[in-house]
Amino acid sequence: MQQIFNFLIRNKNNILFLLLLALSVFLTIQTHSFHKSRFISSANVVTGGVYNWANNFQTYMHLDEYNERLIEENKELRNILTNLNVSDTAIAKNYQDSTSFSRDYFFRSAQVINNNFSKVDNYLTINKGENDSIEPEFGVVTSQGIIGIVDRVNNNFSRVISILNSRSKINAQLSKTNHFGSLVWNGENPNVVQLIDVPRQAPIKEGDTIITGGKSLIFPKGLPIGSIKDFSLDPTQSYYTININLFNDMTNIGYVYIIENMNREEIESLNEPDE
Amino acid sequence: MNSSIFSNIARFFGLVFLQVLVLNNINFLGYINPYLYFLFILLYPFNSNRSLFLLLAFLLGISIDVFEDSGGIHAAACLVAAFVRPQFLRFSFGISYDHQTLRLSVTPFGARLSYVFLMVMVHHLILFSLEMFSLNHILLILKKTLFSGIFTIILVFLSLALFSKKYR
Repeated sequence: MQQIFNFLIRNKNNILFLLLLALSVFLTIQTHSFHKSRFISSANVVTGGVYNWANNFQTYMHLDEYNERLIEENKELRNILTNLNVSDTAIAKNYQDSTSFSRDYFFRSAQVINNNFSKVDNYLTINKGENDSIEPEFGVVTSQGIIGIVDRVNNNFSRVISILNSRSKINAQLSKTNHFGSLVWNGENPNVVQLIDVPRQAPIKEGDTIITGGKSLIFPKGLPIGSIKDFSLDPTQSYYTININLFNDMTNIGYVYIIENMNREEIESLNEPDE
Repeated sequence: MNSSIFSNIARFFGLVFLQVLVLNNINFLGYINPYLYFLFILLYPFNSNRSLFLLLAFLLGISIDVFEDSGGIHAAACLVAAFVRPQFLRFSFGISYDHQTLRLSVTPFGARLSYVFLMVMVHHLILFSLEMFSLNHILLILKKTLFSGIFTIILVFLSLALFSKKYR
């Protein structure tokens, strides 16, 4: 017994080192397995608070730019509004009560308070959380394109898996035809993402627009993502791998919209396997 | 002694905030970031309690990890660097380290450079290997280690020159 204690005391530094190393490697591996990082994330009170505080300064510096974006978006929306069919709006006027017609998607706004893009697995932090009815698996977009998917939520902050994350996989398609593939990122350029598994039959031209496909429960169909930069066939010669220039500047995001799919539960219940 | 404890605490928090609020946003050429918070481990008193040092290195790393959402990669890297520090000190400074009379600001430049270089490279190599977590990206790991490492070393020497108490 005496010898065991002596051994432990003599090697206490080595043992401490091994213990702490095991703990940190455990935490690392945990973040590398999708959807399981539980203990440590930037969506907690301390880090969220610090980022929020620092962001107050930055927002002030970018006010001009945000205003410009809003004006641009307002212009687009006004164009759509004036081109709407008159009879449509007349019908809509009969339904003044918001509960009398169902809508498919509900939008909320939020502000990005922390944004990463230099690593292989990037996350963003936004300043809305459970208190604002944000839940995991909500989509995050700007007027110019998609940003990512909400991953973890606490009271006042949420963490978003950026599309610039090696574990992010989003359904996307060509805007001209309905050929679809998966949007992934190879970790290199923060303005270029890849669309993989697009069948060879798809008619692809440089400069074509890529939009979200309607096959996920997260994003509505038809949100813009980017334009085709170049493309090549993968080693099996049957699928295209397409490089896409993002419309969004992922290194400069201010305010975002969070999308809730109102029909989510209904659709999910359909997809459950019969028992 | 008390002033040394105080200055180390201040350095700990100062470097963490500097790292997460300023340096993590540099992204020079897209992916090169200096990790100056490592200065804490380089400058920590050489003759102090070893267990406490390991614990502090772990805490330093994990605080950066919490802000960066990176799991435990900084904690592991800092911990290993802190663990091998005595060996590197002995390698770089030789006899003066063994006699515990070492002060970083009065050592010859070559010895200081080898100490900082070895420590920073070990830290960055572990950091980026754990970040990628795959051998397929070994070239990208080495590239990031080299460029970020050089950036860090330059900043370390600049801050050493800026804050050294002894003018020579």
